[in-house]
Amino acid sequence: MSIYQLTVNKKKHRVDVDSDTPLLWVIRDVIGYTGTKFGCGMGFCGACTVLLNGSPIRSCSTPVSTLKPTDKITTIEGLSEKATHPVQEAWVEAQVPQCGYCQSGQILAASALLASNPNPSDEDIDTAMAGNICRCGTYTRMRQAIHSAAKKIQSTKKS
Amino acid sequence: MKTSTSRRDFLRISTTSAFVLALGFSSDSKGKLLKKVSTTGVQINPYININEAGKVTLFNPRPDMGQGTYQILPMLLAEELDIPLEQVEIQMTDGSDRFGSQLSGGSSSVRTRWIPLRTAGATVREMLVQAAANRWKISMNDCSTKDGFVINKLSQAKLSYGELVEEASHLPVPTKPKLKSFAEFTQLGKPSMRPDVPAKVDGTAIFGMDVQLPGMLYASIVHSPTIYGKVQSYDATKAMAVKGVRFVLKTERVFFHGPYSDSGGFDQKLRGKAEAIAVVSESYWSALKAKKLIQVSWNALGFGETATEQYFNQAKAAALHEGNEYKDAKVGDFAKALQLSDYKVQGTYQTPFMSHAPMEPCNATVFVQGDQVEVWAPIQGPDGLVNDLATYLGVKRENIKINVTFMGGAFGRKAVFDFVMQAANLSKQVNAPVKVIWTREDDIQQGPYRPGMISAMQGGLDKDGNVLAFEHRLNGASIMASIFKADMRNNPDPWAGEGINLEDSPYAFPARRNSFNWIDPQMPVLWWRSVYASTNVFAQESFMDELAAEVEKDPLDLRLHLLRDSPKFVAVLNKLAEISDYRAKRKQGVSIGIAIARSFASIVAHAIVVEKQKAGVKIKHVYSVIDCGFPLNPDNIKAQVESNIVYGLSAAVCNQITRTHGKTDQSNFHEYTVLRQGEIPASTIFVMPSQEEPGGVGEPGLPPIAPALCNAVFLATGKRVRTLPFDLSSI
Repeated sequence: MSIYQLTVNKKKHRVDVDSDTPLLWVIRDVIGYTGTKFGCGMGFCGACTVLLNGSPIRSCSTPVSTLKPTDKITTIEGLSEKATHPVQEAWVEAQVPQCGYCQSGQILAASALLASNPNPSDEDIDTAMAGNICRCGTYTRMRQAIHSAAKKIQSTKKS
Repeated sequence: MKTSTSRRDFLRISTTSAFVLALGFSSDSKGKLLKKVSTTGVQINPYININEAGKVTLFNPRPDMGQGTYQILPMLLAEELDIPLEQVEIQMTDGSDRFGSQLSGGSSSVRTRWIPLRTAGATVREMLVQAAANRWKISMNDCSTKDGFVINKLSQAKLSYGELVEEASHLPVPTKPKLKSFAEFTQLGKPSMRPDVPAKVDGTAIFGMDVQLPGMLYASIVHSPTIYGKVQSYDATKAMAVKGVRFVLKTERVFFHGPYSDSGGFDQKLRGKAEAIAVVSESYWSALKAKKLIQVSWNALGFGETATEQYFNQAKAAALHEGNEYKDAKVGDFAKALQLSDYKVQGTYQTPFMSHAPMEPCNATVFVQGDQVEVWAPIQGPDGLVNDLATYLGVKRENIKINVTFMGGAFGRKAVFDFVMQAANLSKQVNAPVKVIWTREDDIQQGPYRPGMISAMQGGLDKDGNVLAFEHRLNGASIMASIFKADMRNNPDPWAGEGINLEDSPYAFPARRNSFNWIDPQMPVLWWRSVYASTNVFAQESFMDELAAEVEKDPLDLRLHLLRDSPKFVAVLNKLAEISDYRAKRKQGVSIGIAIARSFASIVAHAIVVEKQKAGVKIKHVYSVIDCGFPLNPDNIKAQVESNIVYGLSAAVCNQITRTHGKTDQSNFHEYTVLRQGEIPASTIFVMPSQEEPGGVGEPGLPPIAPALCNAVFLATGKRVRTLPFDLSSI
């Protein structure tokens, strides 16, 4: 066991875990943010997606030892205050989630896409979201919600 | 206080404080999310709790796996109670008897609770109105209700439900409360926002995976690679050396609903339970690491050489002979009618074994303390779990408390509780709360699976293209035998006949015969979204197009003719033709294929447009029409059809379970592939308006999707797909 310093959702945490512990289990079981989910353990499904300095990563296959104390890790709990991120609002408006289990990862992946590409095409969405499986099949609504969040972000910027 | 016998069943006055798990709405940022809330208040019936401050708590008796029961069942209560759903707190029922059947399955939640829950809501409302009328000394007719208040129509005075509940609870329970007409509904019947959605976009919704208890230990399981099996020996030395690991223990996996022995009835030899090894540790990661270090020598109990290929060969051989006949599908004399036919058509269809693969792998947290048992788990039926645990642990049913969490998908898998029993077994052994988490590999390799099936179809037509004879021979495993140990050697599995019996499939064939040949799958099989309709409708609706092709009839016209006496089917098909512009002339290589099926009391038809590519075909668009009776939340009905399109297409063109040498060949999502964003066709879904009783919604969209696709592929390419899955990019 070793001590690691992590910055999760703008808060600093000191955790005492094995160096090979995936970030997923540190976030969930040690720090206590359970919005990040375990789906496959091998980076295939995207349920464990978090943002590392703004980019989506698979926390199930990211050992804690590879992270620096200055790295900014964002989970669904830290994406916004009171679920006010435009992607979260668009998700509610489009009634995207069904079972909801994959949705934290989907929302974080979508928010990262919009941060780097404010007006994504359908093809951009396909590429950015291809790593996140949804067994309930909410893909069509997610696409709609991403487009409407993009519009919302743009109109906020203009005004 | 004194209660009469008749009231005792219905009227429950709760004066003591009860603590329950509040699902999904914890504000605790640390993620220790077992928020306890008091439900002190008056329970006039088990589903409705009103406290004197006016807070209304409604109980949802059907666990939510994404299908929307968390909203729609409480809304049945709220509608008749005249309180907006936004104003109430929703809790899950705990499996106790007073809530009746609590299994989410067979798309039955609304169908079975449509009257009872509305009656419960209307009963309480009427008692509240009576209490108000008594207080105002006016007639009940001079009272109305709105938004949790009783209103005095004469004076416009109003009293909140909270102010009235104590008085109301002493009144006689009305025996025939008046239910609203459809026209009087203010919440049901229009698109509405599901109350679980906000908690599912900010990470606060609590799934089984998220349950944390003080002193809880984590367990990972080494299962028998052949599913059934016993541990011959094992070496835990290296695993015990992993920091955090407390125990490496023998445990077991029990199959279905007991008896949990190896001699429990037909098909049960050596199949009541399998042995397993568990690592119990202070963290899940250390349990996982240690699991990989355990050396186990297994006794496969004779299942070491089983293979799905062998199974399908047996099923194809069985298909040469008529099976046990379904009485609910029999019309005329099939053999004779076939003999008199001018054209005879045959086709044998194969559908694979499937894993449910919900996003949330099976998991459960259980604390066994002496004869008291408490469970936190994502399961489809807490009452069934109480029964199973009582039998398994030998404890009283009333000593078992189930906290139902949200399920991260289930699709039938979480209607059986092997993973919960494992946690119970381990908690009892280590005397601490234990959370068992299956890996994705456990999920995909251990079953239970949807059974693979062989459907042998035969049809006869006359010179004018009329269908005279139609036969469907089902050959494969019996889910009923698997789950309830029923002997299916001389009986047709009743579930296997669903979707193709005369009620579900009213094609006016002059002669018809469905039959079933049981094949031992040598693995546990289970309901998978839409059960056998997901396989037998593929065969039937594909074969309908084969018949149409044989006599060069349009597939829609053939169906419209054969369904001429079934106006709801005709209406669905006509609407489908309209929204898909079915009769439009399409360019070379672009085709539209259709299929229709009734399952779980709802009718769904899909039309799929495909375009031939240099290699393979591309799905351009899916059009769907659903008639599920009165649409309670049309937006959620659309969402469920969208979901079935994706789940059904994944099964048609991506994934399957195969097994060789007793082991499952697939292990994770790289081998058991599913459709992803970018592989999903655009869809247009129409929900038929209706004033009939509601039908099922969670499953009926699935059965017709694969045949609609394969019919379109045939029209575009001339290739008839008879075996699923198939490769869209190379067909």
